[in-house]
Amino acid sequence: MAIINRGFGGRRGTSDPRLPPGQTLVDDWPVLTAGPTPDISTDEWSFTITTEAGVQHRWDWTTLHDAGAEDIVTDIHCVTHWSRLGMSWRGVSVDRLFEDVETSCDFVMVRTHDGYTTNVPLDDLLEGQAWIATEADGEPLTAEHGGPARLLVPHLYFWKSAKWVAEMRMMPTDEPGFWEQNGYHLRGDPWREERYW
Amino acid sequence: MTERFRAGWHVGRVASRRPEAASAVRLAIDVPTWPGNHAGSHLDIRLTAPDGYQASRSYSIASSGPTTQVVLAVDEVPSGEVSPYLVHDLREGDELEVHGPLGRYFVWTPDDADPAPVQLIAGGSGVVPLFAMASAREQELQGADFRLLYSVRTPDDVFFADGLAALAKTRVDIVYTRRSAAGAPRRPGRLTRESLAELTFPAEAVPRIFVCGPTPFVETVSGWLSELGHDPARIRAERFGGSG
Repeated sequence: MAIINRGFGGRRGTSDPRLPPGQTLVDDWPVLTAGPTPDISTDEWSFTITTEAGVQHRWDWTTLHDAGAEDIVTDIHCVTHWSRLGMSWRGVSVDRLFEDVETSCDFVMVRTHDGYTTNVPLDDLLEGQAWIATEADGEPLTAEHGGPARLLVPHLYFWKSAKWVAEMRMMPTDEPGFWEQNGYHLRGDPWREERYW
Repeated sequence: MTERFRAGWHVGRVASRRPEAASAVRLAIDVPTWPGNHAGSHLDIRLTAPDGYQASRSYSIASSGPTTQVVLAVDEVPSGEVSPYLVHDLREGDELEVHGPLGRYFVWTPDDADPAPVQLIAGGSGVVPLFAMASAREQELQGADFRLLYSVRTPDDVFFADGLAALAKTRVDIVYTRRSAAGAPRRPGRLTRESLAELTFPAEAVPRIFVCGPTPFVETVSGWLSELGHDPARIRAERFGGSG
């Protein structure tokens, strides 16, 4: 299709080779959540990896930090067309949490403390590509942005970076999570504009 | 949900445009290949400059059902790049690319089996998808009780004023935050938890609740709803914040 909108483009936003197609740079940090923001204290927060054998690996707020947090600087891209570049984060690499996990499954269902789910291939969570993040912009993650801890998978659209992350459950096949059942793409690569299906 | 409207790219043509409140425009867009859409869903508009530069934004759809004309109400974000073009520059007969329909969660469908009442709560231009839901309910002979609580700055900022006044199956309450209409029952002022409780279905009615508006509005209102005893799982929220 080659529709040209005459007169459009006079007030264009910043262009930057780090921006995937269809994305616009923002300075603020918009909030997108399907329901109310849950209030979860660090005392009640926990994160569990559940394997296909039913084995559970569990971290609370203290043992998560014992696993070793690191600083991350990364770009984030929301399916609703905004991106932030060079954002500072701090979190624990998912690689560390999978060190003792025995699984032959290739897919993960990520569940949040308020009951939402999103599916992510395991290959997208390992090799330094994903973190359980507890800080952003140098501050503890606020509740509306998923605090006390959210998944951070910055190379995929940001709905995959589940807020209030609670569990990763191993799956033998790729099943759509909550957002994916509601029309969002199974994988969500922003450089391929995998927004919807 | 029985029906599924598959998302895809379409070319639309502006059938009509008219001012919609002080800073917005209502666009009726003919999309011959549009599959129809559920009330509450949205679409992406992609604009292309003569040199190939593109920008996309999401907009809620004010219409619903198996129609090939899509109605939008676009509020201008003054610092934005897409909404000022849609509000000021787009003309009747112009073509534009749309992608949709999008979103199957923040929607209401007439065949919904849940008999509980439906509470709609809008902040500003967040009324658009909720107006679509109230309009869809209007087409049905029987169904859930509907209420709409609409928080808006002044009477000049009300979207779909005629359409809202004509709703017979949704009780509409408008709260003006800056300036009231002549003869309005209450003084202008921000919504409070008390006025929210007074103007919405009580928690005992176990309503399903759709809240749409700017992020601070949605955060505040959904927090109050929880405090008033509503189950967070019954509350669906759509927030917007402004890249325009």
